[in-house]
Amino acid sequence: MSATGAAAPPRDTTSAAARPAVRRRGGTLVRHLAVVTVAALVVLGLSYALEPFRNFQLATVAAYLCATAGLTVLTGLNGQLSLGHGALMATGAYTVALCQGAFYDNGLAGGLLLPVSLGVAILATVAVGAVVGVAAARLRGPYLAGVTLAVAVVVPALTVTFDGVFNGEQGLSVPVEPPPLALGPTFPYERWQLWIAAAGALLALLLLANLVRSRYGREFRAVRDDEVAARLAGIHVARTQVIAFVVSAATAGLGGGLLAVLAQSVSPGAFSLTLSLFLLMAVVIGGLGRLAGAAWGAVLLVALPDLSHAVTEQLTLSPSAAQRLEGNLPLAIFGVTLMVVMIAAPGGVQGALARLGRALLARRPLRRS
Amino acid sequence: MDRFVFLTLDGLSRGAVYAAFALALVLIWRAARVVNFAQGAMAVAAAYVAYSVSAATGSYWLGFLAALGAGLLLGAVVDRVVMRHVDHASPLNPVIVALGLVLLIQAVLGMVYGSEFRPAGTPFSRGALTVDGFALVSPYDLFVFATVAVVVGALAWIFARTAVGLRMRAAAFAPEVSRLLGVNVGGMLTLGWALASGVGALAAMLVIPTELGLHPHAMDLVFVSAFTAAVVGGLDSPPGAVVGGLVVGLVLSYVSGYAGSDLTPLAVLVLLLAVLLVRPGGLFAPVAARRV
Repeated sequence: MSATGAAAPPRDTTSAAARPAVRRRGGTLVRHLAVVTVAALVVLGLSYALEPFRNFQLATVAAYLCATAGLTVLTGLNGQLSLGHGALMATGAYTVALCQGAFYDNGLAGGLLLPVSLGVAILATVAVGAVVGVAAARLRGPYLAGVTLAVAVVVPALTVTFDGVFNGEQGLSVPVEPPPLALGPTFPYERWQLWIAAAGALLALLLLANLVRSRYGREFRAVRDDEVAARLAGIHVARTQVIAFVVSAATAGLGGGLLAVLAQSVSPGAFSLTLSLFLLMAVVIGGLGRLAGAAWGAVLLVALPDLSHAVTEQLTLSPSAAQRLEGNLPLAIFGVTLMVVMIAAPGGVQGALARLGRALLARRPLRRS
Repeated sequence: MDRFVFLTLDGLSRGAVYAAFALALVLIWRAARVVNFAQGAMAVAAAYVAYSVSAATGSYWLGFLAALGAGLLLGAVVDRVVMRHVDHASPLNPVIVALGLVLLIQAVLGMVYGSEFRPAGTPFSRGALTVDGFALVSPYDLFVFATVAVVVGALAWIFARTAVGLRMRAAAFAPEVSRLLGVNVGGMLTLGWALASGVGALAAMLVIPTELGLHPHAMDLVFVSAFTAAVVGGLDSPPGAVVGGLVVGLVLSYVSGYAGSDLTPLAVLVLLLAVLLVRPGGLFAPVAARRV
């Protein structure tokens, strides 16, 4: 585990570590708050500009973004490969479903119940993540991948094993409150969903961005680059790895919970091994270890199935062939892209953009000053 | 008691398949230091080839041979086209690329064959032979035992007794020195991938008829079980993989027989975690000096 490898270029490490020293104290938080505020305003504007279906898609992007951002911190910055984030999302989603169901059955209603459910979902996922993380801290490379793969395969199967609680293959429905009446009687439900999901995602991103730039973020990277050196520098390697796993699990739980709220139902089919692989692919294609890359990945996860639907509609095929093609084309594209990115452009989309940006800036040094 | 005997024999038959599949994983691990997470998908692809050939010719055995050939070919292609070009500096990279391959293969299979379960034929009856009223073992189980025994024996013979096997071991153990001594290291690596993929395809042919049937995801859980088997034996040890496979097969058979088949995935996870946490190098690992 000593080499940085292609998973994250070393240049990133040095520049990120050097940056806080140049900036004055508190600058990072202010900068991140500013970025998040701008993003929130943009999303607010978009929620009015876009039609309801696009609002829903954007909300789905936000839900995926929670999970991909956490995964990119874990895999890109801490060097732990997790194939089990789909299962962690399932944990969050089922917790939200059970909580909302319990509130609804007991006749409770109110705007604060959803945040409570999401909070419980995060706590539940943190608990699961801590268990997996403690095991993961002792495992390396392919062993860790194998264990998390087993988690990804097994957790959806548990919903069938304990179908008294989780209702087997059918899954559970998630009762969600309509938007508050103060927003007006004709307020579109999709816009409300986008607001909820975007609020969760932006909050998670703000916290993650600060974490990455903090002492913990530097420790994550140090452990990824060289465990022995990190230990010699006084870093508790196992604790750092568990912290990274727990943080990542918390965001995955939030993402899963939001996904459950958006779909208003949960079922094991939605959280299969393929979802876990999709998440990993999204962060790799976006650019491992970069939060902006996680955003690109989340957009891809929603946009690519949509695109492949558009493509298959153009072709004249028999209905069954069209259905097969539409279901599998995004998988094939994702698989090929993943291999190509990994072999030819390890920085992913965000890495390519950053290189492009640097090249443009280098060409015009005068304008910069 | 007769139930225990039945479950033991059933577990050994399952375990033999896991052993073969784990052996395929160990082969690639020893040759290239890669755990081939695409092994399951590659094996399913070979099994689909067998399905097509059998459907076209009506002969199980032609399909069986076709699966073996497709497995060997697919392994060589995967090594030459994909894995050869992966940067091995970080152990994450080959794993991620293999997962991309999983998605691609499953997507292509889904496009060509659809995602419904297809029945997979067997050359022998799966009905158990009875001795004094005890249901013991089916002819198909005996076929599985015999096939796996032949494969294990053949691999042991290749690696221990033939010049090619010696070259393959040398290429894996000391690539630079082997190259200086005139061994075609790249070719040996490709041969290793082909052999492993062929063994994987064989295991898929043996196990798929005993499960739900042919499906792009048919080997997902088998892969996890076989990975567990390889870890139980230690990823570096071929005899360990065989023993690990039998152990995992027995454990799963007892769990599904006495506690319910729903619990087998959970049992795999618990077994895998237990082995990795208690003895991460596997049961057959030599006592290792501290690794840095």
